[in-house]
Amino acid sequence: MSVVSINKESLNTMEDTKVSEAKLAINANAANDGLNVVAPEEISIKRKPSQISINIKTFFQWLLPPIFGLLLLLAVWSLISSQANGLPGPIKTWQSATELFAHPFYVNGPNDQGIGWNIINSLTRVGLGFGMAALVGIPLGFMIGRFKFLNLMTAPVISLLRPVSPLAWLPIGLLVFKAANPAAIWVIFISAIWPMIINTAVGVSKVPQDYMNVAKVLNLSEWKIVTRILFPSVLPYMMTGIRLSIGTAWLVIVAAEMLTGGVGIGFWVWDEWNNLNVEHIIIAIFVVGIIGLLLEQSLLLLAKRFSYE
Amino acid sequence: MDKVMDRYVFIENVSMEFTTKKGTFQALNDINLSVNEGEFVSIIGHSGCGKSTVLNLIAGLLAPTQGHLFCAGREIARPGPERAVVFQNHSLLPWLTCFENVHLAVERVFRSETAVQQEERTFAALDLVGLNHATEKRPNEISGGMKQRVGIARALAMEPKVLLLDEPFGALDALTRANLQDELMGIMKKSGATAVMVTHDVDEAVLLSDRIVMMTNGPNATIGDILTVDLPKPRNRLELAENKHYNHLRSEVLRFLYERHAKKAA
Repeated sequence: MSVVSINKESLNTMEDTKVSEAKLAINANAANDGLNVVAPEEISIKRKPSQISINIKTFFQWLLPPIFGLLLLLAVWSLISSQANGLPGPIKTWQSATELFAHPFYVNGPNDQGIGWNIINSLTRVGLGFGMAALVGIPLGFMIGRFKFLNLMTAPVISLLRPVSPLAWLPIGLLVFKAANPAAIWVIFISAIWPMIINTAVGVSKVPQDYMNVAKVLNLSEWKIVTRILFPSVLPYMMTGIRLSIGTAWLVIVAAEMLTGGVGIGFWVWDEWNNLNVEHIIIAIFVVGIIGLLLEQSLLLLAKRFSYE
Repeated sequence: MDKVMDRYVFIENVSMEFTTKKGTFQALNDINLSVNEGEFVSIIGHSGCGKSTVLNLIAGLLAPTQGHLFCAGREIARPGPERAVVFQNHSLLPWLTCFENVHLAVERVFRSETAVQQEERTFAALDLVGLNHATEKRPNEISGGMKQRVGIARALAMEPKVLLLDEPFGALDALTRANLQDELMGIMKKSGATAVMVTHDVDEAVLLSDRIVMMTNGPNATIGDILTVDLPKPRNRLELAENKHYNHLRSEVLRFLYERHAKKAA
C-alpha cells in the first residue's frame, strides 16, 4: 500500500520539479530579453531554490532506488542473453514489442489475433470466474463466520480442498462442461473462492464483542446488525480476501489457458513457444506482470476507499 | 405502586458462575440490591470483584446462574433499550458519524415516530452533551472525552428507564474526567433518570452518587456495605473539597477498600 502512495508522491514532486524548472527557464529568458519581471514571478523566484532542493532529495530517496532496480534487471537480462543462445536481449524485445503493440486488435482467424484480444479474453475469463467466486464465497464466508455449526461442518471440506493445485480441477471442468472456455472459468472460480470464504469468515469472527453488545442493548434488527455492524467491520478482511483471490486468479489463468487453448494470453505464450518466437514470450511475461500489478493496485485503492480508519 | 418505585431495579439472591477451562468460577455470591427510581447508585470495588458483572446482569447481557433481576417490576430476560449502557471504551461504531451513532439507537427505540422527529431527538441528545458542532465527525476524528459524550448521548437518546454506566470515565485524563462528571451531574438532574454506575474512583463515587455499594473481593464477591451519601444536591466539587462530611464519606469508602477489604498485591 505504501509503495503506491510513495510512487504517487514522487511522481507529483517530479512534476513539480519540471514545472519549476520550466518557470526558471522562462524567467531566465525574460531576464535575457530585458523584459520587466512581474511581481508574482518574483515571489516564485524567491521560493524556488528550497523547493528544488527538496524535490531533488525526494527524487533521490524514492525514485532512484526503483529505477536502479529496473536497470539492474535489464543489465542481468542483457548479460544472460549475450551468453545464452537464442534468448533475445532487451533491445530486440523492445523492437518486437513496438511492432506487436502497433496493431493490438488485428484478427487473422481464430488462432491468430492481436495481443489486445488475448488480454481482453483472459481478463474476461478471470472476471467471470472471480465474480462468481465472490458471489458464492463472500455470503458463504459470512454464514460460516456467523454460525458455529456451519463453521465446524465446512472446516474439514475447506481444509481438504483448499491445498489442491488449481489445475487439478481442469479435467473435472472439461468433463462436466464439455468445453474449454467454461472449464477455464471453473478453474478460476475454484482457485479464487477459498481466500474469500476464509477471510470473510475470519472477519466475521473478529467483529469486536463490544459492537455486538451495542447491537444487543440497542436491540437492533438482524438487517441492521448485518448492514451497520457486521458488513462494515468485515469489509477490510473481505477486501484482503478479494485481493488474494484476484492475484491467484490471474496467476492461474495463464496456466489454464496453456492447457485449454483458444484466445488468451496463456495460450498466446504457448503458441509463440511453438512458433519459437521468444521475444513474444518475454513480452507476455511483462504484460502478465503489469496487468497483475494493475489489478492488485486498483483493488488496494478500492480497499482504501472503503477503510474508515 | 410505591413498591415498584422503591425497587425500580431489584436484584434478588443473585449468584453468578462462569465456566472456564479450569472449571467453574464463582464470581458473585448472593447479591441483593434495590435501586429506587431516580436514584444514582455507584458500585465500587477492586478490579476483578465482579462489579462489571453486576452491571452486565442488569443490562441483560449476562443471565444469572441463580436468583432474579427485575426492572420496573418486570424480570430482566434480555438486553433492551430501557436499560441503556454507556460502555467503558465508548463502543461507538467507527464507520458512522456521531449523528449516525446516536440515530441508530433513536430509530430503533422510536420506530413509530417520523423521520423528522427522530432527527430532532438525535440532535437534542447531542446538544445535551454539548456536541452539536461535531455531529458529522467520525469517532476517530474527535477526542476521547468527546467520544464518551457521544456514548452518553446515545444512551440518553433512548430515554432509558435506567442508565447503566460501566466505568464511563475510566479511560479519560483527570481534567476531562472532572469536566464530564460535572456535566453528567447536570444531565442527570435534567433527565431525572435512574442510574447505576460502576467505578473504581472514590471521588467520582462520592461526588455523583446517592448511595455507594461497596463490594468485597472476588471470587465469591458480594456486597460488603452500602454507604448513603447524604450530601445536598447540586454538588460542587470545589466546595466539597473542604466539606467535612464529604471527606468523612470519602474516607469511609477508602477505609472499606484499603483496610477492611484490601486487595493483596498481585
